[in-house]
Amino acid sequence: MVPTSQQLAKIIRSHALKMVHQANASHIGSCLSIADILAVLYNKILRVDSRRSDWPERDRFILSKGHAAAILYAVLAEKGFFPKEWLKDYCKDGALLTGHISHHVPGVEVSTGSLGHGLPIACGMALAAKRDGKPYRVFALLSDGELDEGSNWEAILFAGHHQLDNLTVIVDYNKIQSFGTVKDVLNLEPLAEKWKSFGWSVREINGHDFETIETTLGNLPFEQNRPSVVIAHTVKGKGISFMENKLEWHYKSPKDEQLKDALNELEKES
Amino acid sequence: MRTSFIETLCELAEKDERIWLLCGDLGFSVLECFISRFPKRFVNVGVAEQNMAGIAAGLAMSGKIVFTYSIANFPTLRCLEQIRNDICYHKANVKIVAVGGGFAYGAQGATHHGLEDLAILRTLPNMTVTAPADPVESKAITKLISELPGPCYLRLGKAGEPVVHQTKPDFTVGKMIPVKDGRDALIISTGGMLITALEAQKQTEAKGFSVGVWSSPWLKPFDNEGVMKAAERYPVIISLEEAQVTGGLGSAIASVVAGLKPRHCQVISLGVPDIFLEKAYCQQTARNQVGLDTASITKTIIDACQSK
Repeated sequence: MVPTSQQLAKIIRSHALKMVHQANASHIGSCLSIADILAVLYNKILRVDSRRSDWPERDRFILSKGHAAAILYAVLAEKGFFPKEWLKDYCKDGALLTGHISHHVPGVEVSTGSLGHGLPIACGMALAAKRDGKPYRVFALLSDGELDEGSNWEAILFAGHHQLDNLTVIVDYNKIQSFGTVKDVLNLEPLAEKWKSFGWSVREINGHDFETIETTLGNLPFEQNRPSVVIAHTVKGKGISFMENKLEWHYKSPKDEQLKDALNELEKES
Repeated sequence: MRTSFIETLCELAEKDERIWLLCGDLGFSVLECFISRFPKRFVNVGVAEQNMAGIAAGLAMSGKIVFTYSIANFPTLRCLEQIRNDICYHKANVKIVAVGGGFAYGAQGATHHGLEDLAILRTLPNMTVTAPADPVESKAITKLISELPGPCYLRLGKAGEPVVHQTKPDFTVGKMIPVKDGRDALIISTGGMLITALEAQKQTEAKGFSVGVWSSPWLKPFDNEGVMKAAERYPVIISLEEAQVTGGLGSAIASVVAGLKPRHCQVISLGVPDIFLEKAYCQQTARNQVGLDTASITKTIIDACQSK
C-alpha cells in the first residue's frame, strides 16, 4: 500500500534520525524541518520515475541546502530510487551517500553543500526547458540562512526578469541558522516583499500542514510569467519535542537514549 | 584572438544547435554576430558571474554546450567555487572564455590583470585549460574544445594580435606545437608570449646561440611526454607565461623535469613574480616591469647557455 504523505514523513524522519545517529552526523534539525515538504513533493507533486532517474522529461528537484542530505536520501530510498539498505551506510567510509547531498546517488540532480549554488543551476535548467518548449518543471529547496548568499539574489533577479514560471522555490523558513536566529544574524524581513519586488509570485504557508503544502504546490505556477516561491514557515527539529527550535540540533547527533526517545515519540504520533 | 574566437563560435553554432553563449554584460562590438544569428541561444545574464556559472551548469545538465564570456578575472576567479562545484564536479559541458588574459588590460590596473587564472584553474579536476598564442591557435582550439565533452577554460588576449603561425600547425588536444628547432636551449611559451619567444630566439641567434621555440597552448591536459623529450634534447628549458609564475606553465614543466632520472636539464620559469603592478602600464610596459620583454629574456637565455 502506498503510504500517505503523513506516513511517509514519519518514515523518513525515522530513517534520518537513525542515519545521523549511526554516523554521528550533524544537521538533524535541518532534516526534520523539511520532512513534511519532501514527503508531499515526492508523494504528490514531482513527476519523476524511480526506474528511470534520468528520464529527460522528469521534473527537476534541487536540494540547495545540501546539508539536509539524510532526509532526501531517505525519501528517495522510500520511493525506490535505490535500495533502502544503502541508508545504513550514510557517511560511512567508502559510502556513496556522502554527508552533503551527492549527484552520484540515483534521483539526486545536483551535489550541493556550499550554500547559494542550487538556485542558479535551477535557473539554467528552467531556461533550457522554456527555450526548448519542454514541459518539465524545476524545483529548488533553499534554507533561510542560505538567503544570505548574494548568488541567490542574482538568480532571483534573473528568474523574475526571464519570467521563469516553470521554476518554483521553496524556502525552509525555520528561523534558525548556523550560529543564531535569522532575525539576529542577518534579518531577512520583509521576506515576502523582497521576492515580490523581484518579480516572483509568493505564497506563505505552514510548512507542516500537509493539505496546505499539497494544495499550494498542486497549483503551479501561481501566476503566468512569474516564478513561484513558497515561503514555508517551519520548525527546526520538527516532530521531536526536545529538538524543536533548538539551534544545537544543527550540530549534535542524538545519543543512543535520545534516539530511542525520538523514535518512541514518532511512534506515538497519531 | 577575440575575433577569430567569435567567428569560429558562430560557424560551430551554425552546425550544432546545442551551442549556447552567455555573457556577463560584456562583449560590446564582439558578440553581436552571435546574438543576431542565434538569439534563442544567447543570454546576457547581467553583471552576475556567480549566477552565470550556475546557469551555465544548469543548461549543460539539460544537454547544452555552453560558452560563458567575460573579461579578465570576472568569469573565473569571481565565481571560482561555482566553477569547481557546479561545473567541474558535475563534468558540465561548459566552456569558460576570458578575454584580456595577462596584461592585455594593463593600463586599467591590477583588478584587470588576468594573472592567476592558469595556475588556479589547472588545479580543478575535470577542467581543460588552454591559452592560445595567436588567431590561428585560437580558431583551432575553439573548435577542439567545443568537441571535448566537459569543462574547459579558454584564455584569450584581446583583438588584433598578429598571426604567428604562417602555416596551420598540427593541433592535438594536450600537445605542444614545435615552432622552431634549436640546440642550446628551448623556450616553451603559453598564450600570447609566443611572439616574444620568437623575438628572443632571433636575438640569441644573432649572438650565436641556437634556441628552439615551442608553443604550449594546453596547460591541461599537459604535454608531459613532450617535456620529457625536450629535457632529453635540450640542456635548458625556459618557460614564458604572462601569468603568475607560481603554479602555471613553468611549474608544470618543472614538475615533469624533476621526476626524470638522470636529469641534466635546467628549467627557468619566467612569469609574473608574485606581485601586483600598481601603476597604469600598457601591455608591453607591464611585461617589461616583470622581465617579460625580449631583452631580459634574451639575456636570461644567454646567461644560462654560457653557464652550461
